[in-house]
Amino acid sequence: MSDVERFRAELVEFLERELPARIGALPSPTVDYWGGRKPELPHPQSKRYCEAMADRGLTAPTWPKEYGGGGLDKEQGRIFLAELRRLGLPLPLVGFGLSMLGPMLLQFGTEDQRREHLPRIVRGEIRWAQGYSEPNAGSDLASLQASARIVGDDITINGQKIWTSYADKADWMFGIFRTDAGGKKQEGITFLMLDMAQPGVEVRPIKLISGASPFCETFFTDAHAHTKDIIHGVGNGWTVAKALLGHERTMIGDVFGAGAGARNKPVAGNPLADLARDYLGERDGRIADPVLRDRVVQITMDERCFALTTQRSVDAMKAGHKPGPESSIFKIYGTELNQRRHELMLALRGPQCLGWEGAGFDERELQQTRDWLRSRGNSIEGGTSEVQLNIIAKHVLGLPD
Amino acid sequence: MPLALTEDQALLARTANEFVAASAPIARLRKLRDTRDERGYALDRLARMAELGWTAIPFSEQDGGLGMGFAELVLVTEAMGRGLVPEPLIPSIALAGRAIALGGSAQLKAQWLAPAIAGAKVLALAHTPRRGRFDLTRVPFRAAPAPGGFRLTGQATQVWGGHLADAYVVAARASGQDGDRAGIALFAVPAATPGVTSERQVRVDSLNAAQVTLDDVAVDGGAALGAIGDGHALLDRVVDEATVALTGEMLGGMAEALDRTLTYLRERRQFGVAIGSFQALKHRAARLYIELELSRSAVMAAARALDDRSADAAQLVSLAKARLSDAYCLIVNEAVQMHGGIGMTDEHDIGLFMKRARASEMTFGDAAHHRDRFATLAGY
Repeated sequence: MSDVERFRAELVEFLERELPARIGALPSPTVDYWGGRKPELPHPQSKRYCEAMADRGLTAPTWPKEYGGGGLDKEQGRIFLAELRRLGLPLPLVGFGLSMLGPMLLQFGTEDQRREHLPRIVRGEIRWAQGYSEPNAGSDLASLQASARIVGDDITINGQKIWTSYADKADWMFGIFRTDAGGKKQEGITFLMLDMAQPGVEVRPIKLISGASPFCETFFTDAHAHTKDIIHGVGNGWTVAKALLGHERTMIGDVFGAGAGARNKPVAGNPLADLARDYLGERDGRIADPVLRDRVVQITMDERCFALTTQRSVDAMKAGHKPGPESSIFKIYGTELNQRRHELMLALRGPQCLGWEGAGFDERELQQTRDWLRSRGNSIEGGTSEVQLNIIAKHVLGLPD
Repeated sequence: MPLALTEDQALLARTANEFVAASAPIARLRKLRDTRDERGYALDRLARMAELGWTAIPFSEQDGGLGMGFAELVLVTEAMGRGLVPEPLIPSIALAGRAIALGGSAQLKAQWLAPAIAGAKVLALAHTPRRGRFDLTRVPFRAAPAPGGFRLTGQATQVWGGHLADAYVVAARASGQDGDRAGIALFAVPAATPGVTSERQVRVDSLNAAQVTLDDVAVDGGAALGAIGDGHALLDRVVDEATVALTGEMLGGMAEALDRTLTYLRERRQFGVAIGSFQALKHRAARLYIELELSRSAVMAAARALDDRSADAAQLVSLAKARLSDAYCLIVNEAVQMHGGIGMTDEHDIGLFMKRARASEMTFGDAAHHRDRFATLAGY
């Protein structure tokens, strides 16, 4: 038996026998568990499932063992995810600690910071929020103004962050703050962590045009942090911030691009064509409206081309090539494709797309209308399409600033 | 098959690009056009391509080929597209040559396929009437039964590579009418046969094309490719194959047009700066790059689907041709616009790409045709 086969056999033994024996019923695959001091339980077993997996480091499977991670290599990590999918199990834990802060601590943190924070992320004890954007610092993030004044070991924070996802449910925040207002704007930024459970931190949820959202505004009024929680030193925060933005783009790209492509193999049938038949009818075996039929095909083809491109990216990496410049297109094209798909669905539903609530609209119509509104944010959040185009123009096409 | 190049494929692509680049291809095309060259391409260049093995790629070893596939052929046509190479590899090999390989007798293969692979003879497919648009059930010739064979009459237009070709594969209707798949027959007809006339057509893209007229031309039964009346399936298949080869060429053309435009954006200065620093141009260039990447994926997938004989191969062919038609035309239109006034001059090369893009779009079905075909194949 090869090492890979032995690893898989042991993993399956744990997932299929030990785990159910220890905690009983397991959560269904569609529920995300975010952990935290006051965890929400999307499934009664979510917390126990998370903790049982964390005991083996499997909430952060590829992190080093000394910080509570699973210590798996890339190949083993892929096998782990494949086995979860095969068994219909959810990821044991999600959140910005795992996906964002952890990788930054591993890259930039001190040994003390890693030992303090990583094990608590792995065990789902602390739920993290990301404090980046401000009302006057969106695409031009480096112009941020929320201030951090350092006196001795103490940091006093004043100002405002916006678009802080799930800040109303988070325990700690990592973010960037201005420690020096003179000089170049990229200098004088410091990346730090702070406990949100204190009087100087106030969080207000933001309601979007779609009626709800995970986003919040976070206000700081003489809030406090400790200098030991500064990552990569005072004034060096922009380096960490940029690394994290790159990491975030890859993650969003995964959602819309390579990851999705690998997961979503072409399925039989076409939901858009079914929707068109339902709302428009058929004539001679074709969608009755020839113009809308053409739009259905166009989006279907674009989605197929996009899926093929993500597959090409995955195949190239499997063949040992480095990730090519094609990955830079995933965020922009994937989000805009999603928007165009929603626009087409509105067109196919006609006036039935107008329902907000109440009689005369079915559940799917009401949901899709809100999804359409929400989709408009896709090309803004995580770096606007325009910022992405700048990145492609500069780094892929070599066009001058 | 994975959507990644093997080492052998990467080597083939590299040598093909080097071969094309070494021949100063655009200047050569310009000269062929401006001197009203008799043929519009060079037979000795075609022979060199045959020596390199390009003409043998899509044929089995039994048929004298290399036993490779369209995943390889598109790498060669991509290189040709970068240089707007005029030699008729697609019409002689991917269209007529493949038709004979798939439907022809051993005798026809010996007579026409072997010399075509050797680069010594040129073949062409005559299958498009003036009002046929892209409908393969509307064929230009009629086949009337005659003792020992058939008599063929009709006229095909824009026969790619047809001017001074040595033989034609012609699509004729033996029974039924336009719109019927049944009743079509393909025949191999030597150009020298009495009653065959070919008139050169000059097109916007300067590629060799001809109007081919058959006036009561006698052919014997041995000239037929496959069974009489079953020709549509064969025609559909070879046109799909040649379409994929053409999308490779289109990919090369759009990549080159974009590269040249990016170079211009970096070098051209106005208002004291490189115009490529203007966001209005940067963002458009970045969007063209996205179109190029999606196009490359579509071509690779369609070629591999043909090689694998996948059930969805025809759909992927339509996917590729629709996308490449739209994307190539978009890129060349933008390329000329971003070049400004110089891009409108005959002296500048970018306009040659615009002309080829439009000709490629209109060959084997435009984007609207292929979207309709894609949906019809998918049952909606």
